[in-house]
Amino acid sequence: MQGERGIGYTFGFAALVCLVCSIAVSAAALSLEDRQEANRRLDIRRNVLVAAGLLQPGERADAAEVDARFAVVGPMVVDRASGSVLLDVDPETFDPKRERLDPEGSVVVTDNPAGLMRLPRRVRVYQVCEQGRVDRWVFPVEGKGLWSTLYGFLALDADGRTIRGLAFYKHGETPGLGGEVDNPRWRSRWEGRQAFDEVGTVSIEVIKGSAGTVEDDPHRVDGLSGATITSRGVSELVRFWLGDEGFGPFLAQAGEEGAVECL
Amino acid sequence: MPVRPRDALLDPLVDNNPIALQVLGICSALAVTTQLMPALVMALALTVVTGLSSVSVSLIRKWVPPDIRIIVQLVIIASLVIITDQVLQAFLFQVSKQLSVFVGLIITNCIVMGRAEAFAMQNPPGLSFLDGIGNGLGYSLVLLVVAFARELLGAGKLFGYTVLTPVAEGGWYQPNGLMVLAPGAFFVIGLLIWLLRTIRPEQAEED
Repeated sequence: MQGERGIGYTFGFAALVCLVCSIAVSAAALSLEDRQEANRRLDIRRNVLVAAGLLQPGERADAAEVDARFAVVGPMVVDRASGSVLLDVDPETFDPKRERLDPEGSVVVTDNPAGLMRLPRRVRVYQVCEQGRVDRWVFPVEGKGLWSTLYGFLALDADGRTIRGLAFYKHGETPGLGGEVDNPRWRSRWEGRQAFDEVGTVSIEVIKGSAGTVEDDPHRVDGLSGATITSRGVSELVRFWLGDEGFGPFLAQAGEEGAVECL
Repeated sequence: MPVRPRDALLDPLVDNNPIALQVLGICSALAVTTQLMPALVMALALTVVTGLSSVSVSLIRKWVPPDIRIIVQLVIIASLVIITDQVLQAFLFQVSKQLSVFVGLIITNCIVMGRAEAFAMQNPPGLSFLDGIGNGLGYSLVLLVVAFARELLGAGKLFGYTVLTPVAEGGWYQPNGLMVLAPGAFFVIGLLIWLLRTIRPEQAEED
């Protein structure tokens, strides 16, 4: 049915509604942008602190508290393939997400064990300092589980071999099964395990069933019961990111220099 | 028959509940009810959107060309949802991360457009606002009941605080894994509708 006011009126009305709505949406987006950006930055910092063991998961900490604890953490941008630190890139403004979307910023890979389609050329790693020396490293990791890509941070000791923590901040695995990657008890099983064997090959793996204590069974971690595919995914992604295509080159360089001074 | 303001607000809570009687908005009711906190925020977001979209649609109802009224309603609802999402990202970041796409999917929630088309197009703004808020609250009520049952039975927690200590953390409670999965929500909603229709047999459909 054609309104009695004619087609011009219909078009005019539609245009007016669109104009009013778009002004409202733009005003909201622009006025809230700074707050949202601050939230995103805070969220990343919080996740790095959790992986580094400087903040308990679920612990309430406001922005000032997070920033205070983050003072000992130094972010830096690293060239993934060579492992060299890129001193001319500002880690504060470096945006891993944008990097991934930029065809220049990433390379296409096939048959990636972690299930990834593209690998970034540059990655942001974090050093946690104690009295001017690196105490541990925090690396961003990601890979496919059962339903989703898991995003998290892996913390390694300054020796470049001992795992100090693993924390995922985003995933869509089944709550109660694969979602138990967030369980603090399971996460604590990673602490102190050895990532590499004597000749420097990645040796850490998640097994089906229970692994022994850190002393008896340093290279294996308990699988999550009822979540075989998520466990395998976590295993593969940790192994991949510790390997030659991941942070292997960076760790090799850091290891050569011995106890590293904080940049 | 004119609708009384009191009825516009309170009818959708039990007598004409959008989820329990009209069985609308089920998809989000399954997705966001594993825990109380995201369910509460989702419920508030939907209530605000339904209230504001009903009042906006009602305000312009006499000037909307009838042949484009649905798309006009959608544009208004979509804009309100985007604004709500932006506000959540700015002020409730953690919960907005948990809700992820479901805030955006309020646009497709049948309750919002259902009220705009069925009520706000025929009624004055004040009454439409109450009707929108009332339907939002009816949705909220069901969401919170379902989330309460799912978080308590599925994780032994309420609002993230442990109430029943699970076996895995040294307690006695064996969490019910079904409750954290989507089918668990179907069971809870089904039981709720059953209960409601037993108390009020007039809500049951004829065979």
